[in-house]
Amino acid sequence: MRKLVLFIASLALVFSCKQKEGKASAEEVSTVKVGVLHSLTGTMAISETDCKNATMLAIEEINAAGGVLGKQIEPIIEDGASDWPTFTEKATKLIGQDGVKSVFGCWTSSSRKAVLPVFESKNSLLFYPVQYEGMEASKNVIYTGAAPNQQILPAVDYMIKEGKKKFFLVGSDYVFPRTANKIIKAKLKSEGIEIVGEEYAPLGHTDFTSIAQKIKSSGADAVLNTVNGDSNIGFFKQMKSLGLSAPEVTCMSFSIAEVELKGIGVDIMEGQLTAWNYFMTFKSEANDKFIKAYQTKYGADKVTDDPIEAAYFGVYLWAEAVKKANSFEPDAVQQAISKVSYNAPEGVVSIDPVTNHTIKNFMIGRANAEGQFDILYQSPEMIAPDPFPSIATDKKVIAPGNIQ
Amino acid sequence: MKQKIICILVLAVIIILPVFLLSDFRLSILSKFVVFAIVAISVNLLWGYTGVLSLGHGVYFALGGYAMAMYMKLQAQPLPDFMEWSGIETLPWFWKPFQSLPFALAMTVILPVTLALLVGVPLFKSGTKGVYFTIISQAITLIVSILFVGQQGFTGGSNGITGFKGVFGYPIGDPTLIKILYGLAVAVVIAIYFVSKFMLRTHGGVIIQAIRDRETRLRFLGYRTDSFKILTLATSAAMCGVAGALFVPIVGIISPSLMSILMSTEFVIWVAIGGRGTLLGPIIGALVINYAKTSFSESLPEYWWYFYGFLFIAATLIVPKGIVGTLKEKEWFQNRFNKLKTEHE
Repeated sequence: MRKLVLFIASLALVFSCKQKEGKASAEEVSTVKVGVLHSLTGTMAISETDCKNATMLAIEEINAAGGVLGKQIEPIIEDGASDWPTFTEKATKLIGQDGVKSVFGCWTSSSRKAVLPVFESKNSLLFYPVQYEGMEASKNVIYTGAAPNQQILPAVDYMIKEGKKKFFLVGSDYVFPRTANKIIKAKLKSEGIEIVGEEYAPLGHTDFTSIAQKIKSSGADAVLNTVNGDSNIGFFKQMKSLGLSAPEVTCMSFSIAEVELKGIGVDIMEGQLTAWNYFMTFKSEANDKFIKAYQTKYGADKVTDDPIEAAYFGVYLWAEAVKKANSFEPDAVQQAISKVSYNAPEGVVSIDPVTNHTIKNFMIGRANAEGQFDILYQSPEMIAPDPFPSIATDKKVIAPGNIQ
Repeated sequence: MKQKIICILVLAVIIILPVFLLSDFRLSILSKFVVFAIVAISVNLLWGYTGVLSLGHGVYFALGGYAMAMYMKLQAQPLPDFMEWSGIETLPWFWKPFQSLPFALAMTVILPVTLALLVGVPLFKSGTKGVYFTIISQAITLIVSILFVGQQGFTGGSNGITGFKGVFGYPIGDPTLIKILYGLAVAVVIAIYFVSKFMLRTHGGVIIQAIRDRETRLRFLGYRTDSFKILTLATSAAMCGVAGALFVPIVGIISPSLMSILMSTEFVIWVAIGGRGTLLGPIIGALVINYAKTSFSESLPEYWWYFYGFLFIAATLIVPKGIVGTLKEKEWFQNRFNKLKTEHE
């Protein structure tokens, strides 16, 4: 008897799964499904929810304008829960179960690495909106965030031009800071500039007393900061209390955008530099329109930032590529995407056919009292991506997915 | 007798049915749940029967998983990519033997058992009990996970290990491989179910249950209870390691998040809701809760944690002794159950 109850229960379970699938396939054919895969819960939710919102905004706008190839875009949202195995599972579900044509999502390199085998084995397409450490050029990923030579390297160039002589590298202990610093070290070495220290703190670490002390005693005049998230509060507080501030000691951050600036506290961050491809204060017609639409939908107190912008224009680039290819199939879209461009908030962006990365703007901003960045520098022209900087590696990209 | 045969047949149908009914994706999710059921059995053996609560079982699970992942990674790349970008140019010595499958499979058990002995021997010999053991088990898990995150060049850091090509000659995600892994997971869970059932019937099994009920009395009788506890911990760790080794080819990734305290606590919750100290309870708990977790997160991606939490609160209120534990107490159920038993005899 006990087992009979069990049997009925599990039968019900199996059939409820089956029913769901049946419903999905019977849906009307005038829509095209895409996946949206971000962490909506867990530690990364604070950053990734905004990216999901930006993606949804773009989808809504495209749908309101009549959709793509006569079809409305139907987004299927899944939660990666800040957990890499969950990302793998949800990516498999979106592609295998829901049959989405492309996926917009991921933030951390860890989550991208976790879903990459899924996208490659099922030959689907991921639009990845965040700057990252490079050393990757998959056929199945369109990178709309910056490669190292579009954020880290020009920022180092800027610091060198400012006359900085002694560099100190600080980062959180995970893949992005370590790999970014590997590239930075190669760059500084080739310029003949001294690195006076390199320190890592565990993710979420808040006590930066000893690191700040080390920066002070090293006599560094430039700090390159790849510390992530909340840890920055402790880091900048400690820097401030030791009197380490610009112009004597200039700190350049690579992971602090408008959203994080709000969280860290404007008073702590004021006057600090960051390097990105887009700032909310950037003046362009497309940006004004984007900010207006974003704030109308999500609230007037919302700020936009670099990954949000990249998550937004990624959808438009996808739509343009679909139109060009006259097909939703990932292969055709990947082939066509390098032949289209889009007037994004940061400027007219397009995809490099060799690396699948975006040809992007570059800017340096200084945090002001209003929680925004004043743009100090903007690259004279769009920068072509180079995910495998020649100073750090011998590898070269021949074509997307073909690296030698 | 007749009823027993019917039961076995029904069970066999339940096990085989999903292979034909479910899509590849759903079947691999189900396999994952079955793997978690193995973990739940192992936690229950220690907590439900011996009364030792470990909130750090994720570490044994992850060690088994890492051993398997190291083998699978070396099959995909002679020098793992994360070593390359961490500046390690030759394969470290302790990675080399993982090129062989038998060695890796052996390690999925040896590593967790070794750690369990390292933890268990000094702690139980010194008489650490109750909540103190629980706290230390958490600390050890935290230490190992920080070690794994920090040693990026050797362990893949916070990314974990992913990017496998395949296993047993099939590429990852291949429908045949998914079916093989499902069969393997079910076979292992059945085997481990019967192993624990057998263990609990032996003299040693009775003693560990006595430890749970009144350890001091047992010591008075001259039993060295610490040895039994060490042995149970090691057995439990070995089961967890096997589960971890199955998890990796099914899910396609191992990361330090699986040895987190959060994950370890979830293991205990499955046992508590399924029915602590019952043989079937942990299996049911792991299947039901993970099914609920997946369906909640798919239908309400932003708010699912609330419903997941409500489920736990509701479960503690409605079935305080777990699903199976509470069912056993119900009179009608007990009557039927006893009837069944007498018929057998």
